[in-house]
Amino acid sequence: MRVTVLVRPKTGIRDPQGEAIRGSLAGLGYPVSEVSAGRIFDLEVDTDDPAEAERVGRETAGRVLANELIEGFEVVVG
Amino acid sequence: MITFLGSLDDRDALRAVEVVGGEAVPLWHGAADLQGVDAVLLPGGFSYGDHLRCGALARFTPIMGAVAEFAAAGGSVLGICNGFQILCEAGLLPGVLTPNHTRRFICRDVDLVVQAESPWLGDRPVGASITVPIKHGDGAWFHPEEGLDALEANGQILLRYAEDVNGATDRVACVTNAAGNVCGLMPHPEHAVDPLLGSIDGRLLVGRLAAA
Repeated sequence: MRVTVLVRPKTGIRDPQGEAIRGSLAGLGYPVSEVSAGRIFDLEVDTDDPAEAERVGRETAGRVLANELIEGFEVVVG
Repeated sequence: MITFLGSLDDRDALRAVEVVGGEAVPLWHGAADLQGVDAVLLPGGFSYGDHLRCGALARFTPIMGAVAEFAAAGGSVLGICNGFQILCEAGLLPGVLTPNHTRRFICRDVDLVVQAESPWLGDRPVGASITVPIKHGDGAWFHPEEGLDALEANGQILLRYAEDVNGATDRVACVTNAAGNVCGLMPHPEHAVDPLLGSIDGRLLVGRLAAA
């Protein structure tokens, strides 16, 4: 099953990547006042059970894919 | 001295240990065996290409289990630059390293001010200044406001940058675990052990390993 893990910088955490992108977008004339840059992980989990797929998604997100001191994550199954 | 895939300061680290009178033993990340060493050094570099987050993948290598056991038993462990990032990601040190707020890789000597007396800093008193180079793109140590005072009160914050160089929380450059036997910093003491390189202040931190 496909599991998607979305990782975002926590609110209030400095995000130099987002700031750099925002600066470039502003330079191109786009009316964008803020950019937050995160990551998307698409996992192909070897199971047909949505609950098991979500469990694997959550565990890998909390243990490996995100560092919860600075990032939050969201797990989407299917 | 552990070499990970992508370590690049491992040769300098080996030499630094010899300079301060220690016997340097090269270890490999893939073997869960510390070969009976008296102290452990995790060198700088870009393990696993800094993919995911700096140090986030190296922390799962076989030798890190042995390092965690060694640290729990009170063994001296020093993480420099990428080694510091690995120890933070592994939960052996507080906080996490994030991209420099300057959005630039920084490579220069910096002045560091002693914040607490510690065997890692020899006889240097609180307020003394040492000079050690930094070279990093992801060197801003971050720690939530909550718990920061406890680290300070417990003497775990050993060094602060004399001025803000990378955006680190409270200008913190070097921290230890609660017991004080695990120490990490972004500056490179192994590059400051020879007068030819401009400073020998790095002998303090590396010397602690040789004394173990």
